[in-house]
Amino acid sequence: MNQTPNNAAQPSSPPPKKQVKWADPPQIGFMEALYLPAIAQGISTTVKHMVSRKPTTRQYPEVKPTISANYRGVHRLNRDDKGRVKCVACFLCQTACPADCIKIEATATDKNDPQWKDRDKFPATFVIDELRCIYCGMCEEACPVDAIELTSIYDLTGLSREEMLFDKDKLLSVYDETVQAGQDPVRTHRGALGPASESGPASESATGKSPALPSNGAQHHG
Amino acid sequence: MTWNWNTIWPLLVAIGIVLAVIPILGLYLTFIERKVAAWIQDRIGPNRVGPFGLLQAVADGIKIFLKEQVIPDHVFKTVYFFAPTIGLICAMLSIAVIPFGPASPTPSDGFRAIIAPGVDIGILFVMGVSSLSAYGIILGGWASNNKYSMYGAVRSCAQFISYEIPLGLSLLGVIMATGSLNIESIVAAQGDGIANWNIWWQPLAAIMFFTAALAETNRLPFDLPECEQELVGGFHTEYSGIKFVLFFLAEYTHVVAVCFLTALLFLGGWHFPGLTGPVDSSLSGFLMRWMVLLAKVSLVFAVIVQLRWTLPRFRFDQLMGLAWCALIPLGIANFLGLVVVLSLDLPRWTLAPYSIALLFASALINARQVTKRAKDLAARSFALPSTERSAAVNAQPQLTR
Repeated sequence: MNQTPNNAAQPSSPPPKKQVKWADPPQIGFMEALYLPAIAQGISTTVKHMVSRKPTTRQYPEVKPTISANYRGVHRLNRDDKGRVKCVACFLCQTACPADCIKIEATATDKNDPQWKDRDKFPATFVIDELRCIYCGMCEEACPVDAIELTSIYDLTGLSREEMLFDKDKLLSVYDETVQAGQDPVRTHRGALGPASESGPASESATGKSPALPSNGAQHHG
Repeated sequence: MTWNWNTIWPLLVAIGIVLAVIPILGLYLTFIERKVAAWIQDRIGPNRVGPFGLLQAVADGIKIFLKEQVIPDHVFKTVYFFAPTIGLICAMLSIAVIPFGPASPTPSDGFRAIIAPGVDIGILFVMGVSSLSAYGIILGGWASNNKYSMYGAVRSCAQFISYEIPLGLSLLGVIMATGSLNIESIVAAQGDGIANWNIWWQPLAAIMFFTAALAETNRLPFDLPECEQELVGGFHTEYSGIKFVLFFLAEYTHVVAVCFLTALLFLGGWHFPGLTGPVDSSLSGFLMRWMVLLAKVSLVFAVIVQLRWTLPRFRFDQLMGLAWCALIPLGIANFLGLVVVLSLDLPRWTLAPYSIALLFASALINARQVTKRAKDLAARSFALPSTERSAAVNAQPQLTR
């Protein structure tokens, strides 16, 4: 601690007061050094909490929390306005998935079927391994037709690994459930086909009206 | 004392009461502690099993007995098995000479609320046996063959050795004034009204006893031997199932013993304004005194629980500092005052202002020291010339491949 004034380098002087905010060294007063008043103060705080009981606990299984519509939970496969699976089997989600949990098999549609003549492909199988998934939402971001979405369902349980492989029917049923419960996620243009799937004239002639995409899109991205 | 049925049955009854009540008490004290913790932290606490969660303790007990006992390969099996038992036996033994209800210094025939009545080395026995319970922790930590367990064991060893001294010093006043180590006699000496309670003329000793005893029980703020944040679980890291519970039962038995001792030695035991004088034989008087004693014990336990959720854990050097730099000097100074008062036949109440003066003096010294240390620290950070500072920085070991 002895200062050496003859030192060649600049002597150590505290930096100017303007640059440095000086903090006083912590001091302890007489009452604090007694400890007992501080302990009594602490006890009075804890007793106050104990007496004026306003528990913040939520009785979980009976009282469910309201989950934000922006939550990324269990996946769903959306239906279009005809009730078909909206997915066009483009494999973008499977490619984007960092956890490699989506497995799609595509099939060409039967062009003679009036139900399917406006679509080229649809997924024959669509399996998501809910245990592998990291719920990052990149599938939903990649989807050009807003077919796959993450819902706000958070309490997913199962008794086996096989049970947690969600196939197309299960994912569509999740869609039906969430639509019925009014729990649509808010991130994508839900309820309308994305731009890639509605360019054909067939779609317009089939539905007879243009889909509600622009308004919805403005709503969610505007 | 002749051994016949008339002398043996009160003994068996008292032992039966202690052996039956202590485990149940341990479970329910855990429950109370969880509830209090929840209330303090603005939670609800266990409320699912039974009305108000009252059966939670029972459920815990059942769970504990049915739990798998993991015995790691690397432990020293013999010692590993016996360590929790040693801890519990020592804690239980100290209860033997502590009256758990009103007891007269001259043991009567019939039921007595103490296992071993009229033991003339009462307090000495309690201190000796309860400090043996450190063996349970030390052996458990050593036999676990795990560095965290070992750290916990070594810490508890140092803690026990350090806090034995202030514990003994704080009891000297009570013992010397009564002239007996017999706990019943000490309580009987406080029998004439509330003014005779030992806490009034020995307030400092009472605080010291409570602090040191809390440290001996390994409870927060002195629970460094188990210290979850630093040592995983401390000495009980490798223990599971019923053996783990034996450790905790030992701790709670210890806490119960401390509660009783504080109430008996400093708070007048089963005496209360209106309930003074020697223990009478009438049943109602006996029960009233018992209730008074249990109320005082509950009060002490409430303070212990409240302290647990109020104070943060000590750092280890602070723990040692509290014992060696504060409690032991204070105890010796208190003892000197006591000797002067007793040998000059001064009135006892003169010790109360002396205690308070001691406390204030220690606080003054403490405040001075802390402030000085803080100033030194602040001065040092800019006292080095810049070249020396950079040299010091350069001198730090470099990472090499």
